[in-house]
Amino acid sequence: MGLLSVAIWLPIVLGSLLLAVGRDEHAGAVRWLALAAAVLSFLVTIPLVVGFDTAAVGMQFVENLPWIDRFNVRYHLGIDGLSVWFILLTAFITIIVVIAAWEIIEDRVAMYMGAFLILSGLMVGVFSALDGLLFYIFFEATLIPMYIIIGVWGGPRRVYAAFKFFLYTLLGSLLMLVALLYLYLKSGGSFDIQAWHQLPLPMTAQTLLFFAFFAAFSVKVPMWPVHTWLPDAHVEAPTGGSVVLAAIMLKLGAYGFLRFSMPIAPDAARESDWLMISLSLIAVVYIGLVALVQQDMKKLVAYSSIAHMGFVTLGFFIFSDLGVGGAIIQMISHGFVSGAMFLCIGVLYDRVHSREISAYGGVVNTMPRFAAFAVFFAMANCGLPGTGGFVGEWMVILGAVKYDFWIAGVASTTLVFGAAYTLWMVKRVYFGDIANEQVRELTDLNDREFFMLALLALAVLWMGLYPKPFTDVMQTSVTELLRHVALSKLPA
Amino acid sequence: MTLLNWAALTPEIFLLLAACAIALVDLFVVDERRHYTHGMSQAALAVTAVLHFQQFDAGLTIYALGNMVVMDPMGRLLGVMATLAMMITLAYAQPYIADRDMHKGEFYVLTLLSLLGIHVMLSANDFLVVYMGLEIMSLSLYALVALRRDDATATEAAMKYFVLGALASGFLLYGLSMMYGATGTLEIPKVFEVIAQGRVNTQVLVFGVVFIVAGLGFKLGVAPFHMWVPDVYQGAPTAVTLLIASAPKLAAFAITIRLLVEGLLKVAADWQQMLLFMAVVSLVVGNLAAIAQTNLKRMLAYSAIAQMGFMLLSLGSGVIGGETVPAGNAYSSAMFYMATYVLTTLGSFGLVMLLARDGFESEQIADLAGLARRQPWMAAVMTVFMFSLAGIPPTMGFYAKLAVLQTLVTTGQAAYIALAVVAVLLSLVAAFYYLRVVKVMVFDEPVQGPIVSAQGPAGLLLMANGAVVLILGVLPGGLMAVCRDAVVRALAT
Repeated sequence: MGLLSVAIWLPIVLGSLLLAVGRDEHAGAVRWLALAAAVLSFLVTIPLVVGFDTAAVGMQFVENLPWIDRFNVRYHLGIDGLSVWFILLTAFITIIVVIAAWEIIEDRVAMYMGAFLILSGLMVGVFSALDGLLFYIFFEATLIPMYIIIGVWGGPRRVYAAFKFFLYTLLGSLLMLVALLYLYLKSGGSFDIQAWHQLPLPMTAQTLLFFAFFAAFSVKVPMWPVHTWLPDAHVEAPTGGSVVLAAIMLKLGAYGFLRFSMPIAPDAARESDWLMISLSLIAVVYIGLVALVQQDMKKLVAYSSIAHMGFVTLGFFIFSDLGVGGAIIQMISHGFVSGAMFLCIGVLYDRVHSREISAYGGVVNTMPRFAAFAVFFAMANCGLPGTGGFVGEWMVILGAVKYDFWIAGVASTTLVFGAAYTLWMVKRVYFGDIANEQVRELTDLNDREFFMLALLALAVLWMGLYPKPFTDVMQTSVTELLRHVALSKLPA
Repeated sequence: MTLLNWAALTPEIFLLLAACAIALVDLFVVDERRHYTHGMSQAALAVTAVLHFQQFDAGLTIYALGNMVVMDPMGRLLGVMATLAMMITLAYAQPYIADRDMHKGEFYVLTLLSLLGIHVMLSANDFLVVYMGLEIMSLSLYALVALRRDDATATEAAMKYFVLGALASGFLLYGLSMMYGATGTLEIPKVFEVIAQGRVNTQVLVFGVVFIVAGLGFKLGVAPFHMWVPDVYQGAPTAVTLLIASAPKLAAFAITIRLLVEGLLKVAADWQQMLLFMAVVSLVVGNLAAIAQTNLKRMLAYSAIAQMGFMLLSLGSGVIGGETVPAGNAYSSAMFYMATYVLTTLGSFGLVMLLARDGFESEQIADLAGLARRQPWMAAVMTVFMFSLAGIPPTMGFYAKLAVLQTLVTTGQAAYIALAVVAVLLSLVAAFYYLRVVKVMVFDEPVQGPIVSAQGPAGLLLMANGAVVLILGVLPGGLMAVCRDAVVRALAT
């Protein structure tokens, strides 16, 4: 059993056990077991980065076993520079989510923890699958725990949000399933993603495939105009659900572009770049403006996530080292930063039970330690140099300038809008005079909350000050991907 | 060929004798001891399953009774499946019927006889044998639906089932008689040969095919011949609904293969169109109507219509442009779909029955509210069934849908790929009402009501049923290979 299998199945098995035996009478024990399981699942992913050969082209830690002979489906796992950090991010965020839920979730604790552990394993599976069908199974299976997380522990409109989340995402992925089957047909009966990368395809086929994949991944990212499920899902989901959604699940879609759309249909991808860039710019500018007028903090951060993901897709479709590399850095740092922003909102919500910006004011007076973290993450969200948020955005803008000056010009408005909506929220929530009695009675962070925010702050600083480990690992794979995408796959 | 070859018929003969014996013995069993009858029936079924399995394992194709019946791996495999489905049905049903004054010997005897009818259909090699098996099964089922004769809904359902069922049999018989008129033979392989030689009146032939397909459509319960399905599913006692919804579907599938594929493959272009049309209509009608249902049994009935429609997509894509190359793939996908459907349906109706209590049927979707709190394991199992019916991995239902879609896409024809897209879009609609059941069980708070007590062996069986759906969702390869093997060998002969 290889390392990747362990990284996938350990949290799933432990989570299922927790589901099976955990009772609310022993909530304390369940929490500690969940934490142990999450930490253990994170520890087993560390060798993936430590043992990663940054110079090697191609997949590493490969496992390849026959699985369903009838369709020639193989249990084929492997990672390259594009995916390795996401596996660590997933396992890391799961620890944070377990800690964040500690005293907050009191109802059906085992189910909550179990769902997140299983979800974590499934998402690691998405990032490491090299078989199309295996990828699809992990990709779809993640819907089930998230549906339950939103529906059981969510807010007042949780049912609506859970259905919208599930059906929206399912619509996209079902079209992708047809695309996978089409590729299976065209490749002569194989679900091997790497074989698909080499498969020559005529332009019409490429275009159809590109848009089928686009249906699945653009909903997941989400790109404008199919983003409307995300604000609902974020607002209604419990804090942990929002964190995982923003930090990892959105990246599943972006990762799909890198693994499927671009290398399998490179000609169609190059042909459609205008469309992708336009949609990305709309997300950056328009959604940025939408974020500005939000009254609900979670909604604001949700829209900010969409705008940031617009940057990611922009980076992909300018087809340059800086663009794709920057986009991946942006994905990782957004994972930390947006996760942290949702945790901050969670900290406030647990005390005041409101997410309305107008319910707060002057929080810094009563919660100084917390406000320091919150302001720091807000700065990272608007891309302050020295934080993780800066590196990715800067790289993408630099790439965009080389591609087309005006596109870069429009994209860089994010620095203005991002700063505007984030800082304006910070001003209204944290600064000023104490707004009401509830704020006056706030207690500052306890050790648990301090610990989880500090962990994330360290990660954000690390990415901002010393991004080399991240860029080094992905460099070879990004170059290889771009070299591949530049070649035409049209049959001669 | 006057070879009778009785030995090949051992499972059927045994089942018939066992049914008669149980009917006799039951006369001397008092009501309190009725579980003896249950035990005997289960034992008889177990022996039948083993006998079937031995013949399946031997892998031979044997003709018997002067070519009236054929024992091939496909029939035997479906026989094993149908017998197992019956065993599970009886195990789920026993506590339910015991509570409802239906725990009579008739229930068991009729069940065994309906299974006999199913077995006869599975091994039919002759139009009349098909019809005879169909009638043995149907008449037993009509009587079973009407078993609670003081219940107005059940009686109404029985009437409806009988009238429409008889009409369908009439259709089928009329079609078969035309077939006889066109080809001059009742033996399925000979029909095939005669058509292949091209010495038939095509007009009469195609006319007959229309009637046969309509009859089969009734029996499979697909639109536009689906009217009886919701009423009968809802009206019949749940134990009988379960019976109707499981093994007989396997039989309907088998005679569809026997009649259309083994007999009429040369006119596939004609009946495939009809099947595909029925498939799409069923998907639309079943899925849209299911959304509006508040009764769980009725919802599952509409879902069954849609599921059968999905399966028909595969049956309708075996012959492409006169080429029979994709046939093995297509029909084995359909067979795997049927197996999946039966396993999942057994579980979901089984759960409805286990939740029912004396004087309370628990058949509204709202009755499941908060099941995750009251009965976490039951809710978990039902969640698995619902996701399986919706075709979400990692459950068995996903591979069933995948196999069908793969069949459609592999044809490489734009029209079939468009069908696949239609099918996936409609399964999105389907996901909604399956998810709603999960929502009611998991998200909603329990309403005050009697707490369900322990379920005993039937509850454990339900857990096992759910586990199988999940395990086959992770490792579906074995069953797929078996289905494929059986179908390929049936086609080869």
